[in-house]
Amino acid sequence: MKTRILGAVALLAVAAASVNALFIVPADLNQGEAQRIMYVHVPSAWLAYLSFGVTALAGIGYLWKRDLRLDHVALSAAEIGVMFTAFAIWGGMMWGQPVWGVFWQWEDPRLTTTALLLALYVGYLLFRRLTDDPHRRAARAAVVGLVAAVDIPIVHFSVEWWRGLHQGPTIGSPDRILNPAAPMQFVTALLAVLGAFTVAWAWLMIRRYQLAAAEARLEDAARRTRVAAARRATVAAARAEEATR
Amino acid sequence: MSGMDAIRTDLGVAWAIARKDALSELRGRQAAGSTLFFAALVLLLFGFALGPDTRRLTEAAPGLLWLAIVFGGLLTVARLHQLETEDGALDELARYPVERRAIYLGKAIAGLGAMLVLGGVLLPVVAILYGIDLLGAAPALVLALVLGSIGFAAVGTFYAGVTVRLRAREVMLPLLMLPVIAPLLLAAVKATAAALGGDPLGELASWLQLLAGYDLVMLLAGAAGYGFLLEE
Repeated sequence: MKTRILGAVALLAVAAASVNALFIVPADLNQGEAQRIMYVHVPSAWLAYLSFGVTALAGIGYLWKRDLRLDHVALSAAEIGVMFTAFAIWGGMMWGQPVWGVFWQWEDPRLTTTALLLALYVGYLLFRRLTDDPHRRAARAAVVGLVAAVDIPIVHFSVEWWRGLHQGPTIGSPDRILNPAAPMQFVTALLAVLGAFTVAWAWLMIRRYQLAAAEARLEDAARRTRVAAARRATVAAARAEEATR
Repeated sequence: MSGMDAIRTDLGVAWAIARKDALSELRGRQAAGSTLFFAALVLLLFGFALGPDTRRLTEAAPGLLWLAIVFGGLLTVARLHQLETEDGALDELARYPVERRAIYLGKAIAGLGAMLVLGGVLLPVVAILYGIDLLGAAPALVLALVLGSIGFAAVGTFYAGVTVRLRAREVMLPLLMLPVIAPLLLAAVKATAAALGGDPLGELASWLQLLAGYDLVMLLAGAAGYGFLLEE
């Protein structure tokens, strides 16, 4: 019930913040309507980083406490993080086409970093599906998630440097708007979508966690059934052998 | 046991494991030779893909060299763990009463040795095929190659351990590892290009430092994480 209320609040908040960002706030003078993409792009990127942070922390927590619930949290956050990373890249490309003239701007460190981020965590999710034992899977996934998290700052730093030493053109970045000179209306609109998306993220996390826990129970039940069936078969075979003697 | 003794024991164990891997690689199996040949073949194919203009190949040479090292390296680190999967040798290794980080270090040293052989073979091939003067840039080039190989072996040993027991390990190893080594590739290519071009912008030292930092971080992360992979 409480989760449903949270879901309803998230829906209303996202709707209200979207209406504000799409229709009420004026369009940017230089970039025109395309600038409104930022209202989806920036919260998506923020939630992607938040999710992967949660995955790393939950992984550490699992290795420490060996509690599978923490592994469910790590999985849920990684999956939701991949979704928001894809949103962020999609939004960035849609914004890049009218503003930069290309979908993919190699000189933009954020875009290239985010693409690697997506690859890292898609790999993490695919890897999880290949191990059957829940504890073994949780421990290995935690370690893989941690190394990925360690890699992120290095990726960001090196790509930034790559461009910096390259003397690339100065690029108007989507979140340049957050500087103090930006009109107050833009800032509040951005803060509103950030807040609304974060509430929606919390709701998604709870639902995905519940699903992960249910899946784990199902997996466990299936395993028990298999073990019991195998045991019965062994007993029956032994009896049959005895009978023939 | 004091701290120094523990470190000495770890290094001894690591060295023994590296020696064992090197020996089993040199005796018996011919896979190492095939990997070297494969990587050289990749360089030849890059020539077909981008040639026949030699100038273009010369320009792209640092990137192509490192891509060939990455492809050959993927096979190399996978093989070093593959040796262990037969006859339950990996479980045996995990049961040894030694520190897991020493096992990791030993595997990484063996990987580093194989990577250095790979790089040493590919460098002259690149020089011949893409028309590059190696001798002028030798010290910086060797340094970039060594630092890049250390990082690759550090990451590769960890991910080979991650994937060794998986059914789909052939595809999972590159899938997990390639995004992680992206900064290494970037820095190694930049350092190699700077070394070959005489470093007109004075950026060589920065890229080498980035490589060294990457190596250190990944060695520590790999040593810390590897133990969890050997768990039952």
